[in-house]
Amino acid sequence: MSSLISSIFANRGQPGGRVMPFVMILLVATVLASCLNLFTPEGSALHVSTYTITLLGKYLCYAMLALAVDVIWGYCGILSLGHGAFFALGGYAMGMYLMRQIGDRGVYGNPILPDFMVFLDWQELPWFWLGMDQFWFAMIMVILVPGILAYVFGFLAFRSRVTGVYLSIMTQALTYALMLAFFRNEMGFGGNNGLTDFKDILGFDLQSDTTRIVLFLITAALLSVALVTSHWIMNSRMGKVILAVRDSESRARFIGYKTETYKVWLFVYSAVIAAVAGALYVPQVGIINPGEFSPINSIEVVIWVAVGGRGTLIGAVVGALLVNYAKTRFTAILPEGWLFMLGALFVLVTLYLPKGLMGLYGQLKDKFSGPSGPSSANDRKTSDTAEGASA
Amino acid sequence: MKKLMCISFWLMGCLLPALSHGAEPDAAEAAIQAGHSDSETIPKLVQQLTEKSLTKAIPVLEALAREGGETMLPLFRTMLNGDLYYVKATGRVVGQQEVDGETSYKDLLTAEPVTGLGKRDTKKIRVNNKLRGFLRDSISRIQLSSEDPAKRGAAVRSLLSDLDDSTVLAISEARENETDADVMATMDLALAMYALAEGNSDVEKMDAIEQLSGSLEQDVRNLLRQYAEMEPDHSDYNAKASAAASKALSKIQEKVEFYGFVDQLFFGLSLGSVLLLAAIGLAITFGVMGVINMAHGEMIMLGAYTTYIIQMLLPNHIDLSIWIAIPAAFIVSGLVGVAIERGVIRHLHGRPLETLLATFGISLFLQQLVRTVISPQNVPVSTPSWMSGTLDINPVLSLTLNRLYILAFALLVFFALLIILKKTNLGLNVRAVSQNRAMARAMGVRSDRVDALTFGLGSGIAGIAGVALSQLTNVGPNLGQSYIIDSFMVVVFGGVGNLWGTLVAAFSLGIANKFLEPVTGAVLASILVLVFIILFIQKRPKGLFPQKGRAAE
Repeated sequence: MSSLISSIFANRGQPGGRVMPFVMILLVATVLASCLNLFTPEGSALHVSTYTITLLGKYLCYAMLALAVDVIWGYCGILSLGHGAFFALGGYAMGMYLMRQIGDRGVYGNPILPDFMVFLDWQELPWFWLGMDQFWFAMIMVILVPGILAYVFGFLAFRSRVTGVYLSIMTQALTYALMLAFFRNEMGFGGNNGLTDFKDILGFDLQSDTTRIVLFLITAALLSVALVTSHWIMNSRMGKVILAVRDSESRARFIGYKTETYKVWLFVYSAVIAAVAGALYVPQVGIINPGEFSPINSIEVVIWVAVGGRGTLIGAVVGALLVNYAKTRFTAILPEGWLFMLGALFVLVTLYLPKGLMGLYGQLKDKFSGPSGPSSANDRKTSDTAEGASA
Repeated sequence: MKKLMCISFWLMGCLLPALSHGAEPDAAEAAIQAGHSDSETIPKLVQQLTEKSLTKAIPVLEALAREGGETMLPLFRTMLNGDLYYVKATGRVVGQQEVDGETSYKDLLTAEPVTGLGKRDTKKIRVNNKLRGFLRDSISRIQLSSEDPAKRGAAVRSLLSDLDDSTVLAISEARENETDADVMATMDLALAMYALAEGNSDVEKMDAIEQLSGSLEQDVRNLLRQYAEMEPDHSDYNAKASAAASKALSKIQEKVEFYGFVDQLFFGLSLGSVLLLAAIGLAITFGVMGVINMAHGEMIMLGAYTTYIIQMLLPNHIDLSIWIAIPAAFIVSGLVGVAIERGVIRHLHGRPLETLLATFGISLFLQQLVRTVISPQNVPVSTPSWMSGTLDINPVLSLTLNRLYILAFALLVFFALLIILKKTNLGLNVRAVSQNRAMARAMGVRSDRVDALTFGLGSGIAGIAGVALSQLTNVGPNLGQSYIIDSFMVVVFGGVGNLWGTLVAAFSLGIANKFLEPVTGAVLASILVLVFIILFIQKRPKGLFPQKGRAAE
């Protein structure tokens, strides 16, 4: 067991660490939780409630979102404060499909128009809702809409070499603008209330235990796929260029790489992961509203990644799970304390854990593996000064 | 007929007090000669209101109007609204007020509150329509003879909406003794309106239209519209007058549109001044240290809360409190800023993205601190009396004073900061560090000290912005958050490290926002502005006025 864990944390030099063992643990844990939910009687000590399963499913969606942020922040140095926008867009695409599935079971019983449109006295479906009653079409939209937005935004931003904090603020403005837009009733996405009251997905009842278990397992599976794919990309030739861009973009450009192209496609890839996470999130949580676009949501994702350790893939997942678990516990016990905690977390992690929890293992190992590390640094320093003095 | 009645009442009013005060005529006489309210006569007259039947109240009121003059206005107004009561036991006349379901009473002559009275202890002094008409008339007459020209003007203006024989008579009488040109013009306007509405000859009406054509009063416009839209078969119809009226109307319309434009411009400038105040501190810290301070909004919030706390400490000196609040907010926010710089930002030197995250954490922390320590709800901050009210330029254009003052204040802060940066030693160091940190250090500038001071200065200015904002919007824990993105946009749009850029950006964004608003709605307007900036940054990544440098990056 310990060798497994150390193999996850080990090889800090190689981007991504060992992803495979982690994916195995993740999959085994989710299958185990599902089995405990389905095959143990309620009230048994081993029983995992459906509430917990849904909660875990939510965490896994967040983990996927964190992974998306890690891919561009940790590996390419692009700090996006607007990834919530892609997450929410994916969620809205899924929400639109679920909304159409309600059919005439809504409060107003209109077979075509969702309730909020009947309420607003709309006569027919807006053009962008057409086709969303088909699952395959909705799933294409989940990927296409955020993907195109990411491409256009990334193309414009990276081509004109907007970098650093400027880019971060721009992404924040992007999600802020989208939030304002989705709050408007005229947009045709349910305004303030968003989309909710979903009944079923592909004919399966969303409230039933088995549907929830299946959604949970699908989330875990897709998260694993995203982890493995990202790991593969980061260890490919493209991944090496991306790391070069992070460490010195101008140098990579001078060598002859089209850094913009790499950045744009990585940005699109990351946006698509975020969108898929959003699409998985909505049926499990049962609602999507414009609040998901709010800038603070996106910035919270960044702290999950920072806590776990950026540029490690696994760290993003671990950080998202840990911080969200803490959030659930804390808001239940001490609702006022959570924002203090979160605020302190931002400061402490950036100050004392620049490499996150994944890096902490390395930091501690350095510290306990003997006095050779720091003293050798000291030695070099003294020798430097000695040299300076002799010169 | 009305005129006659009025005069007869006037006469009766002169006679009656003498009759009712038969027992002590000397006192009444003395009061009249003195020309001012007497401590004896007026309360006695007021007392009679409780005894007299409705028809006989008018002479009493006549006497009161003559005796008391302006001091009678509260009494008359209360009576007009039907809020005049008297205490059953003592017969004392009081005014009733209802605020939030609580009934309170006050003595209308001394304006002192009368406590210990319930609804059962008092009886209403009834008024009828005739009495109301009379009260309205005498209120305007009293105001027309007021010493203050502004009050006289307001009185004439309030009469414009219902001119009749008696009021016009009163106005034309007052017109003869009028000395103030503005009031005289308004009076002429009233007379012209009356001539147009009631006049007999066409010449008279044409003259009146001529006279009215420059006015912006709503009542004048209504009257002219009536004439312009008059059907040819109407008995009063006169083709020439109708045409003249519609011409005058369109001329007025042009003027109204122009002033509407000025009004929008003013609101744009006002929003711009708020943005300027919020962004200017950010511009310095970002310019000098290349650090985005996400807690900048909370520095604004702290400034606003400082204003609130100082008002709490000095509840009786609201007018004064704002002057104390400005330096206090500067110090509070400035010190917090220095503490943030010393405690956190310094250790993250050269890592701007991490600094962004850490300061965001600080902003969450400060917000929650205010929620826990003070209140999660908005707190009330009152506006000093000299800042409330409006500057009425003409009937269609009135500028709110607080916005005007804040506009002036923002410019003042801007120029003060400009002087600090250009003329002081600190400013020289700040500019040196922002242009080339390494070189400045080599020249002996203590860059860490400059960093701390710059951060304190930027945060302090944010605190001052908070004082200004507390006069415009709700003060709550989220105050800062709602301005932070906008202020970033201003800094990014204007270009880093250039105060003039910030000025131009703030005002152009403010004005653009306010001019888009009527066309697209407030939300879409801010979305369009954001999208515009996102596109603008593509074209000019370093903003409107980029800092010149020779580095490759």
